[in-house]
Amino acid sequence: MVTARDQALNPLLVADFQVRRGDFDLELQVTAEPGEVVALVGPNGAGKTTTLRVLAGLLAPQRGSILVDGQVLADTRVWLPPYQRPVGVVFQDYLLFPHLTVLDNVAFGLRTRGLARSVARARAAEWLARMDAGDLAPLRPQQLSGGQAQRVALARSLAPEPRLLLLDEPLAALDARTRLLIRGELRRHLAGFTGATIVITHDPTDAAVLADRLVVIENGRMVQTGTPQEVARRPRTDYVARLSGLNLLPGVGVDHGVRLADGSLITVPSPVAGPVFAAFRPSAVALWRTRPDGSPRNVWSVVVRGLEPYGDSVRVELESASDLSFVAEVTPAAVADLGLTIGDRLWATVKASEIEVYPR
Amino acid sequence: MSRGAGAGRAAGLPAVLITPAMIGLAFLVLPLVGLLVRAPWSRTGAILAGSDAWPALRLSLITSTAAAVLALVLGVPLAWFLARPQGRFRSALRALITVPLVLPPVVGGVALFTVLGRSGILGHPLYQLTGFAFPFTPYAVVLSQTFVALPYLVLSVEGALRAADRRYEDAAQTLGARPAVVFWRVTLPLIGPGVAAGAVLAWARALGEFGATITFAGNFPGTTQTMPLAVYLALETDPDAALLLSVLLLAVSIAVLALLRDRWVRQW
Repeated sequence: MVTARDQALNPLLVADFQVRRGDFDLELQVTAEPGEVVALVGPNGAGKTTTLRVLAGLLAPQRGSILVDGQVLADTRVWLPPYQRPVGVVFQDYLLFPHLTVLDNVAFGLRTRGLARSVARARAAEWLARMDAGDLAPLRPQQLSGGQAQRVALARSLAPEPRLLLLDEPLAALDARTRLLIRGELRRHLAGFTGATIVITHDPTDAAVLADRLVVIENGRMVQTGTPQEVARRPRTDYVARLSGLNLLPGVGVDHGVRLADGSLITVPSPVAGPVFAAFRPSAVALWRTRPDGSPRNVWSVVVRGLEPYGDSVRVELESASDLSFVAEVTPAAVADLGLTIGDRLWATVKASEIEVYPR
Repeated sequence: MSRGAGAGRAAGLPAVLITPAMIGLAFLVLPLVGLLVRAPWSRTGAILAGSDAWPALRLSLITSTAAAVLALVLGVPLAWFLARPQGRFRSALRALITVPLVLPPVVGGVALFTVLGRSGILGHPLYQLTGFAFPFTPYAVVLSQTFVALPYLVLSVEGALRAADRRYEDAAQTLGARPAVVFWRVTLPLIGPGVAAGAVLAWARALGEFGATITFAGNFPGTTQTMPLAVYLALETDPDAALLLSVLLLAVSIAVLALLRDRWVRQW
């Protein structure tokens, strides 16, 4: 997988299309290399599922072209229906056919390609075995657990050997514990797939574990792309910042500082110029009852707008007098010491060295 | 009091509903009980041996089954057009299909005559070309029964199609299935219970068909006299025989329904 990504010369998937329906407008360019797993991340209604339906051929875009492995699936003159595309789909609820056994579900896509029943079943059994689901063959989908259904759905979509694999929220239907197990397993299975994979997810952890590259979509447009680490470290929108749990403040570089939207100047580690983002972890924010003095710190007068338990700590939503909003993460002990309640006036500080600054 | 109402649902059953419900149930069941009580069981052998019962029963079973099959073949595709959003003029189409439901069957029989009778709109050229005419043949019986039974099947299958999860059809398409394959291997099996229910409804309606049959097909023992016609005729000459034939028809239809029901339960 790594080698395929490093070569990165010949994208297996090249898609560029536009879908408009009422207020909804999706315009997207997506590429994926052979062996690459790309996660489409974004809030509800951003256009993730629409993208999947366009790539699968279930929805016709207003304009655009889709190439997979050099084959034109769609352009101004061509529109291949789903059943003629080398594209496999794992749907959100898996959609295993309830009237067929697990084996016949997996054999379905082989039978439609003209294989004899016995041949199709034999090959389906091989795929099930490869997904560690060989013993499920005689069962009905209703008898499967969520994790088992996911494995069968993956086997069913891979059996016809597609070049492009699309997964719509493949882990959303699972409970938390199963999800953890299946996530690792899914990553292993995807690593063995030589075609390109697109995974739709709203879960940042799923995306980080499964994908080589993230494509963040908001309001029908791509707003950021990069490896999960890059995206998590340097978010470019509030949505991504919230996903990766960072505070994100846009500003303009001025010598050793950044002038924020509210006019305040913050001190940052190194000189910057032009439009920039300043990002810092909520745990880098310190809270005080009285204005701290001394070392060159960034200090805001703030009001507590919300308190929320978050794992072992507490997230404190803050709003400065000048309308900046950010989050502090403190220990429950600190909440008790400071006697924090909603509406309290406090001082918040962030060390310059804790702030990551990068161009907008 | 409040505790009793909370603990058991039965305590909360409103009398306003129970009374009419019980009357309704009695209204449906008592006539059937009456049939069984008044049937001349001692003359059973004599009546059944000497009457037209057997040919009529045989004809009824054959024609109603043929009508149910015909309704399936024509009705499932019709339901498909009704249920799919791309079909145009759907509400007008549905209204047309519902008309035979509310039409008195005798009128249906007359209507069939005007189209398929020997001098009918289609029947006349057919007679001139082939020398064949529908009226007073077993085919006319099947057509009459199909005419009244088809709407039951169409509406029942349409309901099943609407309730079915269409995403399964998407999934099948992405697995390489052309639309016809999707229909045969996914849609039809998914709505199987609805189709079966519709077919049984249509069959039962065909089995009981009287008005359209006697108008369009006539009442000839052996060729067009179905059980309901035989019962009606017997009522005028030998009321005892009519009772017994009714019980026979009742027993046959219940037996068939029970048999089919068992099959579905096992399958689904």
